[in-house]
Amino acid sequence: MNAFVALVRKDLVLYFSNRRAVIMSIAAPILIAAFFGSLFGGGQSKPANIPVAITDLDRSALSARVVAAMRADPALTVSDAGVDEALAQVKAGKLRASVTLPAGFGEQAGGALFGAAEKPQIVLHYDPSQSMVLPLVRGLLAQHVMEQVSQSVFNGGGSVMTGLRAQAAQDTRLPAERRDELLAMFDSIARVQSSALPGGAAASAASSASSASATTAAGAPTFSVPFSTREVEASSKPEARYNSYAHSFAGMGVQFILLMGVDVAVGLLLMRRMGLWQRLRAAPLSRAKLLGSRIASCALIAIIVFAVIYAVAMAFFGVRIEGSVIGFAAVLVAFALLTASFGLLIAALGRTPEATRGLAILATLLLVMLGGAWVPSFIFPAWLQTLSLFVPTRWAIDGLDAMTWRGLPLDAAVLPVAVMLGFTALFAVVAVYRFDWEE
Amino acid sequence: MLELLQAQGLRKSYGDRAAVVDVSLTVRAGELLGLLGPNGAGKSTTVGVISGLTVPDAGTITVGGITLAQDEFGYKRRIGLVPQELALFDDLSALANIELFGALYDLPRPQLKRRSREVLEMVGLAERAHDKPATFSGGMKRRLNIACALVHDPDVLLLDEPTAGVDPQSRNAIFDNLEALKRAGKALVYTTHYMEEAERLADRIVIIDHGRVVASGTLAELVRVLPAAQRLHIDIDGTLDPAVLQQLPGVKQVRLEAGRLTVGLDDLALVAPAVLQVLAAHGASVRHLDSGRANLEDVFLALTGRSLRD
Repeated sequence: MNAFVALVRKDLVLYFSNRRAVIMSIAAPILIAAFFGSLFGGGQSKPANIPVAITDLDRSALSARVVAAMRADPALTVSDAGVDEALAQVKAGKLRASVTLPAGFGEQAGGALFGAAEKPQIVLHYDPSQSMVLPLVRGLLAQHVMEQVSQSVFNGGGSVMTGLRAQAAQDTRLPAERRDELLAMFDSIARVQSSALPGGAAASAASSASSASATTAAGAPTFSVPFSTREVEASSKPEARYNSYAHSFAGMGVQFILLMGVDVAVGLLLMRRMGLWQRLRAAPLSRAKLLGSRIASCALIAIIVFAVIYAVAMAFFGVRIEGSVIGFAAVLVAFALLTASFGLLIAALGRTPEATRGLAILATLLLVMLGGAWVPSFIFPAWLQTLSLFVPTRWAIDGLDAMTWRGLPLDAAVLPVAVMLGFTALFAVVAVYRFDWEE
Repeated sequence: MLELLQAQGLRKSYGDRAAVVDVSLTVRAGELLGLLGPNGAGKSTTVGVISGLTVPDAGTITVGGITLAQDEFGYKRRIGLVPQELALFDDLSALANIELFGALYDLPRPQLKRRSREVLEMVGLAERAHDKPATFSGGMKRRLNIACALVHDPDVLLLDEPTAGVDPQSRNAIFDNLEALKRAGKALVYTTHYMEEAERLADRIVIIDHGRVVASGTLAELVRVLPAAQRLHIDIDGTLDPAVLQQLPGVKQVRLEAGRLTVGLDDLALVAPAVLQVLAAHGASVRHLDSGRANLEDVFLALTGRSLRD
């Protein structure tokens, strides 16, 4: 028993004597759990700042109110843009969706609410890689349009109702029985509006009534959503369909190649421990050659690994480079260099291989999470979405998306490549500055 | 003989701790210089400075007239380092390891191939050329470690405790390799804390302690600093005042530690019987007796008051 206790004690002492490793094994799960907990309802129940564009081709008072209501919604960040510009931004991944309110929307929506007029068609272009956004945007659009249209109808004064009543009365396409029911309903609403409930209270009551009747009325005149939507995947090439594997292969490729970079860094620390680094330094080699060869080999490994990953993705999962092949290669090369300098940075900052591995893996996982490889970035809090712009993995994934399923041209790769090369230079400078040359 | 390696006034400190203090040494072609001292004496730091790995705070080093500070790469090309650790890539074959380290010195491809085979042959690993070091014994790894430092045919070979953890057979094989290198005109610096190795291999010995050279010379020159050339070791039972032996003619030194009596003397045949008589007269029975020449252990003890193995 003494031997057993001694062995257990030895393991405990060894484990807890490595303070960095202990801190990591406790801090890592806490950090990651807190991060995901906060994303999925811990601190914020609604997604924020989903970037969308609204194009108002109607320019009516009703459409202006719909735009204003969506703009006021904290879940959305609404920008104005022309149809083509908005579509281009969705294709480029800068916006999640674009909404086009058609001409005649204000005129048709009121009647369509009662089924008394043709529904105006709202065109909704969406980013197919962010499919979770589509139902959210669709739901928010329906909510705001319903609110504004019903307010317009029920609180718009006698003229709106009178106009709708006349429209229904003259609509020969409606069955006579339904037309009579509609006319009776308009008359009933008119009597309510002229009763003792003035102003906002009347509007509120009418709005509530419309909502209720829209969902519960059976046999009575039914309300319907006063518009239809045409949902269109925003893709640069109409013949190219979104392939979700393209995004997931980009994200997972980025993650595991960064982890390979961590392995290379830990390998360098092990070389130090084994005396191999000393032996290399004893040779007539400049520091630039010693570290440059390390960067070159790591980058080459990263390129080869990523190329094989994409070869499998293309062969078995239908992933295609729909955009610029040169741009795709440039993004891969830039990311490979980024991985190499990231590895060098870890090797420069790390002390023991054991503790460094834990810290570096945590850093990598955070980078990948913030880069949007695990969950779409729109579910991040607003500040985190802004922060993710300063995370190089996001640019890697965006660049690969742009060159694969988004089908964007070479110039769409320029910014991601430039940002990644910038981070590469930054990491390399810090690594060289902090690198401990003497054992 | 040509002085291949010259180091003058080397100093290196880490914070307040002086690791190397005014160390100067020279090594000639065909000579093995033993750098002897206990663990932590500053031997490895000295080797680090000479190999160009550690930048000294002061001092100059030249190899074949090339100064490290002026032509670092030219200097390093003429130095081969055998580090204390087994600095080998376990996943590369023995031959691939040697070729890799040769390539670091920009050897032309045909020369690299030829030299790699030569050094493998020399260390007796030619038949294991394509095996990985992970399958080697400790002694074979040590020999491969040496071969990697020889592939670029350096003039000076620095060996930092190259026999650590090696079985006697492999140690002898390594010693044979070093003798061959000496005959080939190489200058060797060999650090060790085993005085037997230094005594066997070194043409000259530098004893280092607390970063300073405390003595240097050939074995005979070093032993000469001792008051006596011979040692008589006697294990005794019973108590004895060492002073009774000190009074005997011919006895230079007496030390009694844990029942082991060490008597320093110059003429063993003349003095030993008298010592045994005194012991018998004082009731101390002799359990074991042996004698030998004074060695580096005695020199180190005499110079520092400590044992090499402390």
